[in-house]
Formats: sequence, C-alpha cells, structure tokens
Amino acid sequence: MSAVLAISGLSKSFGGVQAVQSVSFEVREGELLAMIGPNGAGKTTCFNMVNGQLTPDSGTVRIGGAETVGRKPREIWRMGVGRTFQITATFASMTVRENIQMALLSHHGQLSRLWPRASSLHRAAAEELLARVGILEQADRACSVLAYGDLKRVELAMALANDPRLLLMDEPTAGMAPKERIALMALAGEIVRERGIAVLYTEHDMDVVFGHADRVIVLNRGELIASGTGDQIRANPEVRQVYLGSRGEA
Amino acid sequence: MNQGKAFLAVAAYALATCFAAPAAAQGTVKVGEINSYKRFPAFLEPYKKGWELGVDEVNASGGVLGKKLEIVSRDDGGSQGDAVRLAEELMSREKVAFISGTFLSNIGLAVSDFAKQKKVLFIAAEPLTDKIVWDNGNRYTFRLRPSVYMQTAMLIDAAVKLNKKRWAVVYPNYEYGQSAVAAFKKLLKEKQPNVEFVSEQAPALGKIDAGAVSQALADAKPDAIFSALFGADLAKFAREGNLRGLFKDRAVFNLLAGEPEYLDPLKGETPVGWYVTGYPWADINTPEHKKFIDAYQKKYNDYPRLGSVVGFSLVQTIAAVIKKAGSLDTEKLVAAMSGLQVETPFGPITYRAIDHQSTMGAYVGQIGVKDGKGVMTSFSYAPGDKYLPSDAEVRKMRPAQ
Amino acid sequence: MASILVQFLNGLAAASTLFLIATGLSLIFGVTRIVNFAHGSLYMLGIYVAYSAVNAFQPAGPLGFWGGMLVAALAVGALGALIEILILRRIYQAPELFQLLATFALVLIIKDFALWVWGAEDLLGPRAVGLDGAVSIAGRRFPEYDLFLIAVGPLVLGLLWLLLHRTRWGTLVRAATQDREMVGALGVNQKLLFTSVFALGAFLAGLGGALEVPREPAQLFLDLSAISDAFVIVVVGGMGSIPGAFLAALIIGEVKAFCIGIGNVEILGVVVSFSKLTLVIEFVVMAVVLVVRPWGLLGRPQAIQRAAPSHIEPPLRPASRGLVAGAVVLGVALLALPAYGTAYNVVLMIDILVFALFAASLHFLMGPAGMVSFGHAAYFGLGAYGAGLLLLRAGFPMEAALVAAPFVAALGAALFGWFCVRLSGVYLAMLTLAFAQIGWSIVFQWDSFTGGSNGMVGIWPAAWLSAKPTYYVLTLLLCAAGLLAMRRIVYAPFGYALRAGRDSPLRCDAIGIDLQRIQWAAFTLAGAFAGLAGAIYAFSKGSVSPEVMAISRSVDGLVMVLLGGVQTLSGPAVGAAAFTWLQDTIARNTEYWQSLLGLTILVIVLAFPRGIVGFLAWRFGRAEEIE
Repeated sequence: MSAVLAISGLSKSFGGVQAVQSVSFEVREGELLAMIGPNGAGKTTCFNMVNGQLTPDSGTVRIGGAETVGRKPREIWRMGVGRTFQITATFASMTVRENIQMALLSHHGQLSRLWPRASSLHRAAAEELLARVGILEQADRACSVLAYGDLKRVELAMALANDPRLLLMDEPTAGMAPKERIALMALAGEIVRERGIAVLYTEHDMDVVFGHADRVIVLNRGELIASGTGDQIRANPEVRQVYLGSRGEA
Repeated sequence: MNQGKAFLAVAAYALATCFAAPAAAQGTVKVGEINSYKRFPAFLEPYKKGWELGVDEVNASGGVLGKKLEIVSRDDGGSQGDAVRLAEELMSREKVAFISGTFLSNIGLAVSDFAKQKKVLFIAAEPLTDKIVWDNGNRYTFRLRPSVYMQTAMLIDAAVKLNKKRWAVVYPNYEYGQSAVAAFKKLLKEKQPNVEFVSEQAPALGKIDAGAVSQALADAKPDAIFSALFGADLAKFAREGNLRGLFKDRAVFNLLAGEPEYLDPLKGETPVGWYVTGYPWADINTPEHKKFIDAYQKKYNDYPRLGSVVGFSLVQTIAAVIKKAGSLDTEKLVAAMSGLQVETPFGPITYRAIDHQSTMGAYVGQIGVKDGKGVMTSFSYAPGDKYLPSDAEVRKMRPAQ
Repeated sequence: MASILVQFLNGLAAASTLFLIATGLSLIFGVTRIVNFAHGSLYMLGIYVAYSAVNAFQPAGPLGFWGGMLVAALAVGALGALIEILILRRIYQAPELFQLLATFALVLIIKDFALWVWGAEDLLGPRAVGLDGAVSIAGRRFPEYDLFLIAVGPLVLGLLWLLLHRTRWGTLVRAATQDREMVGALGVNQKLLFTSVFALGAFLAGLGGALEVPREPAQLFLDLSAISDAFVIVVVGGMGSIPGAFLAALIIGEVKAFCIGIGNVEILGVVVSFSKLTLVIEFVVMAVVLVVRPWGLLGRPQAIQRAAPSHIEPPLRPASRGLVAGAVVLGVALLALPAYGTAYNVVLMIDILVFALFAASLHFLMGPAGMVSFGHAAYFGLGAYGAGLLLLRAGFPMEAALVAAPFVAALGAALFGWFCVRLSGVYLAMLTLAFAQIGWSIVFQWDSFTGGSNGMVGIWPAAWLSAKPTYYVLTLLLCAAGLLAMRRIVYAPFGYALRAGRDSPLRCDAIGIDLQRIQWAAFTLAGAFAGLAGAIYAFSKGSVSPEVMAISRSVDGLVMVLLGGVQTLSGPAVGAAAFTWLQDTIARNTEYWQSLLGLTILVIVLAFPRGIVGFLAWRFGRAEEIE
C-alpha cells in the first residue's frame, strides 16, 4: 500500500523551544494512525503543520506525493484532506443538512453564486452523507441544538464531503461519553476502510487509541520515540517509562 | 400591558399620526422657518427668542394682510437632508408662504437651491457664506446677516492703519474660516502690498489644540494675528494665548469675537485691545435699538445676543415683504424683496437688488474688560453697504439669471 | 530646538487628557464587552459638573477648587454605576452590540439634560487655583497647569496598574478581560464586578472632563468629539490594554502637536498644510496601526468568543406564505401611496426607503457576514457624491449618474474592504470608521472638486422624474429591488458562505472556503447597495455635503439595524422606518426631542431586546427548537 501522508524530518521551534524535532512517519491508505504523547509532546504542533496552519522550520510534508509545506489550509483541503476538531467547529446557525451542503458547495466551487437557493443544492448528496454517519433524521435541526456526539458526526460527514484521501482528526472523541466514543470510532474505522482513506488522529483516551488504531506513534518532547502496533507500543519500555509510566498503567 | 399590546399601541399611534393633517389655524399667514436649534443652541436660542418677540410685535400691530403672522419652525438637527425634507414638509403640509432661517452654510446653500428648484422664496437668516448670494446666488434666495466677506472687510481699515508687516492667521478649518482668511489676505494686500503672511493654522472646528497652536503662532514671530475662531475654540485660544504670552505686544483681529454669544464666556479673561466685529448690546443708544432691547428685556428678563437681533430682524423682513408684495404669491414676494427696506434694531437696511444681500452691518471696535466681563470699547457701526465689493465685481461672481 | 521641546510638552499634556477618557472606555469594553457610546457624554458631564462644583466651592480656597474636581469625577462615577444597574444590566443577554443602542440613547438624553441644566452658552471655568500661571521653559512661557497634566497621565497609569495587579479585584478584572466565561465559572459576583468596572470607567471619564475645566469651556459638542478620540486611542493601543491606551494617547497627542508645530510646508512646490491635517490625523494613525498590527499596539488577539446559545441565529427558513402575502400587500400599498397619502407622506417615505436600503446594506455585513462596520456611511456618501460629481463635473445625464454612482461606492468599498477583511470584531469596525473618516476629510477639504464643507448643490433628477410622486415610485422600485436582491443573496450559496464565515472561520478553512475573498466581495456588494441608497438620496435632496458620510450617519445606520433586530432579514428596513419616522415626528412636535427620542429608544431596547422584528418573530412563533 502506498503512503498517503509522508512526513520526513519535520521540525518547528517557538522562540528557542524545540516543539517538534525531525519527526518522520507515514500513513497508508485505509490505515488509522494514532499519534499519542503526554501534554506538550508536540502533537498539536505536528498536526497543525500537516493541515497547513503552521509552517515547519524544516522538513517535508507530502500528501499523495505532493509537497504541502507553504500551502494554506484551504489549498491542502483541495488536495483531499478532511479535518475534524477537538472542539467541534460547525456552522451553528445552519441546519445539519446545510452544514454538509456547505462542504459540498465548496467542493464544487459554487460558493460565489448569488442566485440559486443554497438549501436546494446537493441535497441528495448531503443526505447520503448524513445517512452514512447515522444522523439523517436530524437533517432539519439547527446545529446549535444538537447533542455533542451528533455534532462530531456532522463534522465527520463534512470532512467526508470532498472525498478525502486523508482525514485529520484532532482528539475525535474528546468530550464524549465512553459509549459514544466507541461507536464513533467504530463508524470512522468502517468508513475509512471502505473508502480507503488514511487517518491520522491524536487521542488521549487509551481505549480509543488501542482499540481502533492500526498503528500508533508516540511523541515525547518533540521527538518520535516509538512507532508500531498497539501491542508493540504497549510493550515498549521507553514508552512505558516516559508516557505510560507517568499515567500508571494503560 | 404585555409586549404585544404595547407594540400594537405604538403601531396604531404611528398610523394615526402619519395621516393626520396639521391643525390649521384659520386666518393666519404661515411662514416656514428651519434651523439647527439643538446643534447650535448657544446662537439659536436667543435667535428664536428674537423672532418670537418679532412675531408678537407684528401681530400686536395688526399682523400682515389683515391676518395673524405665524412662524412654523422646524429643527433640522444640523442635517442638510433633513432640512430639505422639512422644507418640503413646510410647503406641502403646512402650506407656508415661503421659507426662512438656517444657520450652517451647507444647509443654507442646500435650502437655497431647493428654493430655486421649487420656485419658492427663501430668506436665509444666519448662514455667513459668501456663496449664497454670489457664486451660488439665485433668484429666490435673499440673505439677512452680513457675510464673511463684509465682516472681514469691516476690520481691514483698522488693520491697514496699524501697518503691521508680518501677519499670522488662524481659523477653523471649513469654508467659513477659509473664505474669511482668503478675503482678509486679498483685501489687506490690495491696500498694503508689502504685507507678509508668516504662519497659518487651521484647527478642526471645535477641536483646537490651543496650546500647540499658540506656540506655533508665537514661533513664527508675527507682528499681528488675524483670527476667525469663535465659540469654544476662541475661549481656549484666548486663555492659552494669554498664558503663553502670545498676545503680548501683538495686534489681534478676530471676526465675530464681539458677539455676546462668543464674548460672554470669556468673562474676566477677555483679551484687551483685540479688534473685532460684534454687538455691544449694552452701549448702543440709537432709539430703534433702545426700543428693541427694552421690549426684549421685558419679555425675557434677559439681554439680547446677536442672534436675537437677527431673529427679530428676520420677522421685520417677513412682515415688510408681505406688506410690500400685498400678496403671498411667490413672484410678487420675490419682486418685493429686491430693494426692500426694513427697519431693524441696527437701523434701516436694504435687500440689494443686485445680489440679494441685505445691508445689515455690524459693530466694529476693540474689546476690553469691565466689571469682570468682556465688553466692546470704542466701537462704531459699520453699515453693510460700505463693505461690499463693487457692482462690477459682484456681477462677475454671481451667475446670470 | 526650543520650539520642538515645547511642542513635545504640549503633546504630553494633550496625551494625558486623551488617556484618561480612553482608559475608562478600554476597561469597560475589556470586562463587559460593551461599546460604550455614552463615554464621551460622561466626559462632558465631568466638565459641566466640575464647572458647577468648582464655582460653588471656590470660596473655600484651593481645597474647594481641587475638591470640586474630585467631587465631579465621583459624581460621574456614581452615575456610571447607576446606568449599569438600571439599564445595561438588563440587556447583557441581548445579542452582541445591542447594548450600543442603549448607550446611543443615553448620549441623546445626557445631551438634552446638560442643555436643560446648564443652558446653551459655553461655560469657561476658572483657572486652576495655585497653578494659574506660566513658567519659562526654553525661553517660552509654558502653563503650570499643563505641567501638572503631564504628571497626571503617568500617575493615573501607575495607580491603575497597582489596582489591577495588586488587588483581588484587579485580578478579576484582568481575568474577565481575557476570558469572560472564566469569571462566571469562578463563581465571582459578576454583577458587582461589572457595576464596579463601569463606575470606575465613568469616574475616569469624569475625571478627564473635570481636569479640562481650567483649559476649555464646557460645551455641548464635547460628547461626540471626545468619544471619537477615545475610540481611536483604545483601538490603537489595543482594546482592553491600559498601557496600550497610554502609549496610543502619547503617540496621537504628539503627532497632533507636531502637525501643528510644522504648520505649512512646501513639498515639491506644493504647500502642504500639516495644520489642516489635524482634522483627520488620528484616523490616519489608526488606519496605519490597524493595517500593520491588527490588534492595536499592545493588544492581544481576542479570545474567540463563543456565542451564548441564546445569541445564535436560528437557521434561515424560506419566507412563509403569510410573509410573502404581507410583503405583496405592503408593496402594493406603498406603490399606491401617492394616490391616498399626503404630499409629505410621499416625501418622508422617500427618506424611509432610502434609509431602509442603507440599513439593509449595513445589515448585509453585520448580520450574515458578522462584520460590524462603524463607517458604512462612507459608501452611502460615495454614492451620493458619485452621483453629484458625475452629474455636475462629468456632465452625465441624471439617469446615467444614478446608475453609475453605486459603482463608485463599490470601488471605494473594494479598496477599503481589502484592508478591513483582514481584521475582525471591533478592530474591523474601527478600521471601517477610520477609512470613513479619511474619506470624509478628503471630501471636506477638496473645495475645488467636492465643494468642501459646503458640498454641492443643483443635483436634481431629470425633468421626467422631478415630480415627487414619480421620483417616489422610482425610489420604491430601486429600494425594493435592492432589498429583494440582498435577501436573495443571503439565501444563495454566497450568503451561506458569509454566514459560515461568521459562525466558524476555522471550519471554513477546513472545507476550503476562501473567507477573505468572500468577505471582500460582500464588502464591495454592501458598498454598492449603500451607494445606490446614497445616490437616490442625493437626487431627492438636490444637494450633498460631507454630512452624508459623517460618523453620525454611520451611527444612524447602526441604530436602525439594531432597532429592527440584527438577526432578522426584514429588521433593518423596519428599524430604518421606525427610526426615521420617530425622529421626524418627535423633532417636529417637541422641543426636547433628542431626549424624547433617546427615551423612546431606551424603552424599545428594554422591552424588545431582540429588536422590533426580532421580537415579532419570537412573539408570533417563528422561533422553534428551543429545547
């Protein structure tokens, strides 16, 4: 399988503090890669260099073989990267369906149109996506009144709207009840495997990490200290010491 | 009352007032008046008292055309658009015979152009801009108060007499100040070609940074200063300039500074010896002024300001023109305005046929302090007709009709 | 050299006063997020009260004079507390900026109150007791009192610093400035905190006013001139930053003093009057600062304010049949107005329609796009001047000038908007204000082209349109077309993209929406519609003057939008109608019309905190899904 996302030698420092130091890894088609590490390990910095919000000091980020460093987030989106956020970011004053329609309209380059009614465009496609994430019955409700777990699903559906090859999920289950977490990650896993999408996600919940990731990478103080399957990571003594050790047990 | 009912009540009231016709008093002659009362209350409250007194007197002596005179007054809030709308309202709703008033030059010009468009007489009471009778003059507009040019010209003789070489000027940065300074420079240079203007300060109206301005003027080491400041700007300038020794051994000329509206706030700090135009109400002893001031003080228990004289004279004009025209027909009124003679507290004035400017003058003199108050000393009346350009010049400026 | 030193000192003295007004405004905004329009009015009251107090206590000697000043500042502080408790506290839950409407009403009320109590005449207070002379500095006489003022600024800055960093109250204020939600979470008595901050801010404004007594007369213009200065300084320094306000006051005080000091200079054969530049210099400084530093000199990017659930707009619904039918009936009724209304109804309705279009164009930015403009009159004015200039200077026929004028406004909006959309929140609003003021000052100064402060006359419609009823029908058709077009755009993908940008810029980025480009286009479009309103207005009045693009016109627009309800599409039109009609009716029938208008607005604010249409929509059941 080819690498959808290939990162090599990525470094970033903020005012003398080395946040990320020559990190290299790959994410392959249909693979869920979890990035973990204690607070301040550099996960978010790494993430934001991939999605274009930060520019690395050195190193390369390739998506489908194309270099993305220096591109804006919305250009990276055009290359087939969908995102969900730790704290959901949806359009609160729109209905659930309209949220998805926005992503579709953007995908089809129709946002400058001044005449047609937005709510009548790409309706079927939007509903298909909503059905896929299991919230079609909520289509007409305002996002502002949705339960948090459902908002996460809206985000997932929006992220899928442009047929991405890579999904970046920042703490996808933060703030959710344990049962919902598992359901959401199971759903995400199902979708990415059937579509062959690569996923990079960060996560605090070790159940979500080890229960759903195909592979796990561990950052500590900006450096990549381990990479492997869940079992390999659990067994890694260095990881146990710097990370899991500090938490007591996994 | 719940919110819904409150809303309906307001809406019903709105509808009711929209279509209600004004209560028309029978047997009156209505004349419209528009001014920026709430924007410039310091000048316009006395002005209003002046015209109210005038209306009382006109009606006490039989009114006009055998009917009572009624002034229908409106506040434009200092907005030109509102002034034009109110002019329409006065004409269409109140059915006034003609329109008068206005203070700001831009509003005066806008209403003047409206009058030209709608072919209705407009007597501009206060606006000082020269343009209203010259560059933008029109058939239907006449102006009462002496203009910027006239008041500036009134100070020229004294300025020439002093024979100062280096002059500094300071004026509020808008058309009034600009044209006052332009007129002053032109007139002074004509009579005293060697004159030099060494510094020019144009603070925004109402926002003078008096310390810095005084300093900048002093640094230019002028022999004399010409100022067109008024109101709060003048008070600040006078105080700072005094403190900083700007006026020491320098002649200062200040338009309008002798008007009680602007002189009185200075109280004991009135700069002594400045040459000004103004209105020394307490010391004018002509019979026509005595009569006016007695009536004014009796009615209001207050002394008149210049605005009061303008307001009173406006009503005298209104009564006189209706009497002369013998009708409320616009064309007859316009014809009657040309060359109309009116008795005012400043004596008889004439509305010139050539440019529709009245010959009302102003008092010119120096200011000083008496009993802790600012007063005009050694003043004389400068009749307006003496301080207007030649007829040939006026014709050149005023568009052909 | 000597003159440079003295001008520097002049600048310092001016800066102290500016700092005192601005710092209170900054504190209030930082904690309560209220854009307090009445701050200048509190400053004005400070001068008036101090004038009276100083005169009353003068016989008691120096203690009477200085005590009088303090009493005045305290009195204004107490009034501030009262305003917060009686009015503002009731409307914190209203959508953002709605409080601005209440403070606007206070401006009107306080102005009339001052007129009623102190009369119309300027009141020049006594000189400062003990500091009434001048000292010699570099061979020039410099007022002792100005030296005192120079010391007051840093002194107040120091005291405020101690208060904010050495007391528990100060810690709370700083925390609230950074994150308002956090304070609520800490279980702090928020009411008390807000009241005390408002009182302190008012006290500082009052003190700033009182300290001006020995320098300038109390007069009724001070409120508006002070408020615009204060806003500029707060924004240049960075909202909520007190050292920033000090720095900004210093810069603006000095820049002004040196502009005056430089006077007229010949540059490449052209005489440039730096003295005249003082008309607009603070806005030029603000524009430059905001373009370079989008959060002011010492400000920090504002924490993203998560709108409270009650502030989130409900999703758009297509107009109900009832609404469409109502609109058709209204349209027909309006079209037939000349047949049954009075001539003046027609004249007034032209103004109402023009302002409805203007307010709707502002709402197009404020509502769907979430970009508040404090300078929207610039585009109204560009449309009006565009029409006038094309007609009088370029010799266009009236019809062509009317058609072309909105493009002039759009061009201006595109130019200014390019910079503005790089900012957000209050900073964006203030940059629009800066550009509007710069535009205004150009129009105000350029005598040979725009007619300067007098403006231009003779801008009348073509002969076939000159009858009022005909012009009214044209106005109705154009304004209705404009309103419907904007409504249609809001429902179209473009409008949705704007709302998306308002709801979540982060999400927009993540789904590939080029928000700045969309917002820029919206700015230009809104400018064009405002320009159309301006052009119609110019031809209905026959004249234009700089007043069409003055701050007060921008503020009127804001008031109309907020009055109608910012979260509704028909709100702006209703707000414009209500405001114009109220002003007309009240001003024609009462003497103290400003305060009556202010009181009416206050009543509406307190009774309908969603605006008039917002209230109707809520009352008559278009709100749903409140769970």
